[in-house]
Amino acid sequence: MMQSVSAQNRKRIAKTAHFVGLFIAMSIICIPGLWIVLNSFRPTVEIMAKPPVWIPNELNLDHYRAMFGGAGEGGVPVLTYFRNSMIISITSTVIALLVGMGGGYAFARYHFKGKSAIFVGLMVTRAVPGVALSLPLFIIFARLGIIDTHFGIILAYVAMNVPFTIWLIDGFMRQIPKELAEAAEIDGCTRWQAFWRVEFPVARSGIASAGIFAFLTSWNEYALASQLSRSTTSKTMPVGLLDFTSEFTLNWGGMCALAVLMILPALVLTFLVQKHLIAGLTFGGVKG
Amino acid sequence: MKRFKMPPWLVLLLPAIIILSAVVLIPLVLSLYSSFTPYKLTRPESLYKWIGTFNYEKALGDTKFWAAFGRTILLLTIALNLEMLCGLGLALMVSKVTRGQRALRTAMMFPMMFSPILVGFQFKFIFNDNVGLVNNALQSLGITDMAIPWLVDGKLAMFAIIFAEMWTSTSVFAILILAGLFAIPQDPLEAAKVDGCTPIQSFRFVTLPFLMPFIYIAMAIRSLDVARAYDIVQIMTNGGPARRTELLWTLIGRTGYVDAKMGYANAMGYISIFLAIFFTIYFFRKLTAARAELGMGV
Repeated sequence: MMQSVSAQNRKRIAKTAHFVGLFIAMSIICIPGLWIVLNSFRPTVEIMAKPPVWIPNELNLDHYRAMFGGAGEGGVPVLTYFRNSMIISITSTVIALLVGMGGGYAFARYHFKGKSAIFVGLMVTRAVPGVALSLPLFIIFARLGIIDTHFGIILAYVAMNVPFTIWLIDGFMRQIPKELAEAAEIDGCTRWQAFWRVEFPVARSGIASAGIFAFLTSWNEYALASQLSRSTTSKTMPVGLLDFTSEFTLNWGGMCALAVLMILPALVLTFLVQKHLIAGLTFGGVKG
Repeated sequence: MKRFKMPPWLVLLLPAIIILSAVVLIPLVLSLYSSFTPYKLTRPESLYKWIGTFNYEKALGDTKFWAAFGRTILLLTIALNLEMLCGLGLALMVSKVTRGQRALRTAMMFPMMFSPILVGFQFKFIFNDNVGLVNNALQSLGITDMAIPWLVDGKLAMFAIIFAEMWTSTSVFAILILAGLFAIPQDPLEAAKVDGCTPIQSFRFVTLPFLMPFIYIAMAIRSLDVARAYDIVQIMTNGGPARRTELLWTLIGRTGYVDAKMGYANAMGYISIFLAIFFTIYFFRKLTAARAELGMGV
């Protein structure tokens, strides 16, 4: 009798510990982001208040208004940055996907000499730290005159995204049985047709998630963009974030507002593909 | 006229190879060359002066360089191990949840979509000694009266950086390990239970070996962009206070762009590139080995 009670207690304690642990972990994950969102709606006075104001008295859109208000009164040309970010991220993603589809298909469907060596070689190019790469890229781009252009940054981002896109698409392609395309070829399709009509529709969701991964990488990149862009003609949002800092002061509220603007597209896209993302990463790696 | 016909796989791979050579390989060759010159951005003609391994010798004899190098290794070791352990813990906890697990998994991906630069700025704000969340909370709870100088004190700043780094990357581990936990076949676990294994034993000898490939995938993915810490550190402390959080990458950036000593920066850059490649190849090898052990390598 006593034993069963203590066993029950132990079970209860374990359950509570599990719940508390999970709660703490999730709070640590969620609170920093939510705090940024909250602060983007609070007036600067309240952010700076001492002692701190815990329950916001007033929420307004001042920071957003100032942000979109243009370069006039301490504002940052956010819309231009947003447009630059969009153009650069979308273009580089599309190109990286096309290149990655070719590469991924080659790795998944063909056998050739030095396959794994080429594969590791491609991956290694991704491991080169952005800062280290930005030094020579800066020199070359400056010579070619493509510093501070969309083209230059897009070029750099395509190269940055291609290895990972290949890895993901290769993983997805492997899951599609070879027989499917072979059957289509027997029925009179060329290999090219077999790919577009049969394999591509099956792999579409996987390719989409590779695309979103590439998009997020370009959208969030800083180390290269900060050196390859100089002015509003090509500055992206992560670089623009620094416009809110000056030597001694920081416009926290404004920064928070821009941060929210940066997170929103990323948030939506990630939710759309989260399932495929996990599947892609694990299958690409485990069964590869 | 005889035409050379390329095999189809080469045609398919060619665009990738061309782009990567143009944007990564050629610049790296240039930077290798310039690391043997005293190249300064302000004096272009210095690119043509060959000084041999002087830059490398200078770097190897530079205490600032070694301090940054050691700190980078230390940060990576601590951060990667902690991320792995926390990720494992988080995944185990989430896998036990029966209701609302989808929502939890979604929330877990939250930090992954934050730009590293944003993470840096966010934690700069949170650890701010004056208006930051951490100090405000500590003071409101009456734990301390002082404003703890999180980002001003060298040791605390390092802690804050590791915390920020962990915040972004733990979920990568957690999500991949969670995927592994779901893929575990139930038979061996039940067999272990029948044979009288304690939960800890069956975790250690059945679950963990099965999870290893997943852990190595996460490590491999992480090792591809270990240098992400650059963005975070750049924003949070910019290598300060007094270079106490200077990492290899911030040192390279400063030497190259602020001091304009491109040749010297490239020499140090090469050392950091080898470090990154070493990490990547190491984890990809571990991954292959773990895969072979489970018989998934075919």
